[in-house]
Amino acid sequence: MNKHLLSAGDLSKSDALLVLDTAAQLAQVADRPVKKLPTLRGRTVVNLFFEDSTRTRISFEAAAKRLSADVINFSAKGSSVSKGESLKDTALTLEAMGADAVVVRHGSSGAPHRLANSGWIGGSVINAGDGTHEHPTQALLDAYTLREKLANGEGDLAGKRVTIVGDVLHSRVARSNVLLLSTLGADVTLVAPPTLLPVGVETWPCKVSYDLDPVVPDSDAVMMLRVQLERMTDSYFPTAREYSRRYGLDNHRMSMLSDESIVMHPGPMNRGMEITADVADSKRSVIVEQVANGVSVRMAVLYLLLGGYSPAQPAVDEIVEGN
Amino acid sequence: MNSPRVRTVFEAEDIDRVLTRISHEIIERAKGAQSLVLLGIQSRGVPLASRIGKKISEFEGIEVPVGALDITMYRDDLRLRPARALEATALPDVGIDGRTVVLVDDVLFSGRTVRAALDALNELGRPRVVRLAVLVDRGHRELPIRADYVGKNLPTSLKESVRVKLSEIDGEDAVTLSSGPDLTRGGPGPAGDAA
Repeated sequence: MNKHLLSAGDLSKSDALLVLDTAAQLAQVADRPVKKLPTLRGRTVVNLFFEDSTRTRISFEAAAKRLSADVINFSAKGSSVSKGESLKDTALTLEAMGADAVVVRHGSSGAPHRLANSGWIGGSVINAGDGTHEHPTQALLDAYTLREKLANGEGDLAGKRVTIVGDVLHSRVARSNVLLLSTLGADVTLVAPPTLLPVGVETWPCKVSYDLDPVVPDSDAVMMLRVQLERMTDSYFPTAREYSRRYGLDNHRMSMLSDESIVMHPGPMNRGMEITADVADSKRSVIVEQVANGVSVRMAVLYLLLGGYSPAQPAVDEIVEGN
Repeated sequence: MNSPRVRTVFEAEDIDRVLTRISHEIIERAKGAQSLVLLGIQSRGVPLASRIGKKISEFEGIEVPVGALDITMYRDDLRLRPARALEATALPDVGIDGRTVVLVDDVLFSGRTVRAALDALNELGRPRVVRLAVLVDRGHRELPIRADYVGKNLPTSLKESVRVKLSEIDGEDAVTLSSGPDLTRGGPGPAGDAA
């Protein structure tokens, strides 16, 4: 694996499977009386959040703490960022504090890439969502959930049909999922109104449809994206009601799904908009499991990036054979 | 370049005979198999534990719970090498609280694997007693740890490698001693050499 996790597209199939297999082992820790492993003791993980987040931040925090890392939470609100401090100066401050990994969420696409490649910080950078670009750990936890539900928790997702519905244009979740799920062999179909599809979507490794109804019966999983009201600066669709009618998942559409199919949502949900409350709370919905799996997957990412050799450690000649 | 000289120390029948003796010793010391739990240390301790478990079940006529323990997250040398993949930890349903837990591994060497296993056990429950069974003890301990049941004491030099092959993993049963470092396995301190 690379030192940084910036894009789901950077993961090879074997990298991705290693993360999922590791996550499957680490998931057991949640069932133990002592929910903690000593592996990252003495390492510092900084959660650097320039945008609001509930589940991603606490998920990374729980993951780091279960591995015994020290966690520093940094949110832009209430920090010097609100006084106008630049990303660079914030990064240099974190570096001076000795961060081994920086988990970053930023409103601007590419901010994690800048952090990782600017030389400002020496640790690993993990992208926890940048603008409308990528959210690789969300894709990993979705892949993990899909594998648990559709493939008995083993191997890849070859031939599984995953439909991603909604605001693809603004969705970093959709982009990361398309990249990762296609790496794992799944057939991904994006469904959205033409106004909510990005330019160049035809070059993505997936199919595209403007209509939800013909796609639903052939789906093993339907992933509903949040309508990102905070990014809706233009008129992408006439009314919320029309969007909900054409692209929302309601009981009628859910009844068209095959028996084994599942319903996913990365959260936070707009109940009544892209998904009805009935569907969100139905047996098919794995939305709560996605959150639980998020901790295991993030533990796996932190362990694989930080658990092994790092330049700050004692020289290699101290290795004792058979240690 | 000379290829390292490889000598076979144990054949399949020897391994089986030794496991039979260890099984009897475990029963004798525990005065029966009532409270026993066998935990194999990944990876080659796991098939050894299930073989011993099968034998004890035959001798005593009761099922002995067998599990697997992956100690990777508890190793003391994690930061000296790239992060490695994890293997399964599977405790038997009965758990380990109040039980006589016998850890099973293939080779006892520095003792660091066993130290890590004891740390792992500590977080999984509280056994009444923990004992250690190994197929081969090759010496060169770096920690004050010893085995309770030893298949064979094998005096070695630090330049030699001991390799245990088991049919469940390697397709055949054998213990070999080679004069040079084992180049067939990736990285220093290969798993079969560990303990």
